[in-house]
Amino acid sequence: MYQDVILDHYKHPHGRGLRDGDAEVHHVNPTCGDEITLRVRLSGETIEDVSYEGQGCSISQASASVLNDLLVGKELDDARRIQETFLELMQSKGKVEPDDAMEEVLEDAVAFAGVSKYPARVKCALLSWMAWKDATAQALGEHPESTRKTV
Amino acid sequence: MTHIPGLLDTEAIRKDFPILDRVLHDGKKLVYLDNAATSQKPRQVLDVINEYYEQHNANVHRGVHVLAEEATALYEGARDKIAAFVNAPSRDEVIFTKNASEALNLVANMLGWADEPYRVDHDTEIVITEMEHHSNIVPWQLLAQRTGAKLKWFGLTDDGRLDLSNIEQVITEKTKVVSFVLVSNILGTVNPVEAIVRRAQEVGALVVVDASQAAPHMPLDVQALQADFVAFTGHKMCGPDGIGVLWGRQELLEDLPPFLGGGEMIETVSMHSSTYAPAPHKFEAGTPPIAQAIGLGAAVDYLTSIGMDKIARHEHAITQYAIQRLQEVPDLRLIGPTTAEDRGAAISFTLGDIHPHDVGQVLDEQGIAVRVGHHCARPVCLRYGIPATTRASFYLYSTPGEVDALVEGLEHVRNFFG
Repeated sequence: MYQDVILDHYKHPHGRGLRDGDAEVHHVNPTCGDEITLRVRLSGETIEDVSYEGQGCSISQASASVLNDLLVGKELDDARRIQETFLELMQSKGKVEPDDAMEEVLEDAVAFAGVSKYPARVKCALLSWMAWKDATAQALGEHPESTRKTV
Repeated sequence: MTHIPGLLDTEAIRKDFPILDRVLHDGKKLVYLDNAATSQKPRQVLDVINEYYEQHNANVHRGVHVLAEEATALYEGARDKIAAFVNAPSRDEVIFTKNASEALNLVANMLGWADEPYRVDHDTEIVITEMEHHSNIVPWQLLAQRTGAKLKWFGLTDDGRLDLSNIEQVITEKTKVVSFVLVSNILGTVNPVEAIVRRAQEVGALVVVDASQAAPHMPLDVQALQADFVAFTGHKMCGPDGIGVLWGRQELLEDLPPFLGGGEMIETVSMHSSTYAPAPHKFEAGTPPIAQAIGLGAAVDYLTSIGMDKIARHEHAITQYAIQRLQEVPDLRLIGPTTAEDRGAAISFTLGDIHPHDVGQVLDEQGIAVRVGHHCARPVCLRYGIPATTRASFYLYSTPGEVDALVEGLEHVRNFFG
């Protein structure tokens, strides 16, 4: 499960640190104490930045780094498709073998395919992605009351 | 290997536990170091449970047929065994519950509904400690919220012990109940019962002891503890899951009100009101976990046949060896006492900046089972400024070779994430 890509992102995270954003969320994974604070900055339909700070295992931290790589600069529709594809992969219980089409969408994130075999770790991989989804919804004014949520 | 005095004949003992022969991940021998979470079960217990279902299964205390009488005799026989195991003055003081959590919730609810002098209300205080398992925190928080009572607690010292320096301010004339863990599931600390009990008795407070991590590992004598209630769970002491025990002093069990109502706990029932059966049945509403109680009786027989004092000595020797070996691992920080004195066989640690989940996963790849996380004792993690720990916990079948495997495994983890 610990692909080199995952370890690289863990040791050298991309885009880490909190910068200006339109919305901020704090998500925790209560079973292991992984935490992330994540901000989203939008410009119309374009994701200008996703910045984050957090602590947790290599899977949760690497996943946030990959998310930053994949989503910054994307249009929201494309980003949502990536998020949904990643979610599908992570919920596959190890049964989905990423094909070329999936790899084109997910790029480095296909390295997490092996994590989907470990139910206890799927939440780690999804933490930042659920936080991003929540923060984006807030930035768009969809449910402004939500400030803290667990996955 | 260096000779370590005090060890049990683990070669013989391990033959009783079929699961310890498992081989994982293409040829890695199972090294089971998650005993504080749950123990493995010996064949002697598994056989008794199986035989119960194959030969004697019936509901207890009801039928007049042969099976019902056999099942009742086995179930009540288990109660006798457990009473003897904890040196209870009377078998009627042993209440079967689902687990230790339910036992502690039962006490909290008895006290919330009790009449004077036991009643916990807005003028009174409840005392716990910062090293409790969530099961000995949350029931008291609920009781405090519902009654308006004030919840207070003892803090921890830097070396993982209870800070009792302010005991007279924490336990006061207003204190109705003091509930604390005998052996911490995360720190391994064995707490000084006598000092706490003495102060509680001075102010007339009831004492509840969570013995979940003590009953499996050392002789437990409820009379010597001088507590009013003692809770523990079966699955950590070679018994099945689904069975726990609350021991309580007889006069308290007579005075305190029932919590759960239902079949078996009654004397007579009309549509207007009911009267209750005497303890322990007053506190055992509904069909109890019959096979589980009988299985726990078998577990107690098994542990007694080996000897609780010998088990305690074995674990002390293993703990001493493990602490010594773990301290050789660079960047490893023990969370809890750094000597084996007044210490149980659960050892928590952090390993540099490597998250415990990663430590646990890479150890698992080598066949080594440990627990990672906050161990249902999150306030302890907050106290020591860490998100989580890795915990290795030992039992009567643990060997020095398994300690060596853990230390080697941790070296591998360091290289992997280094």
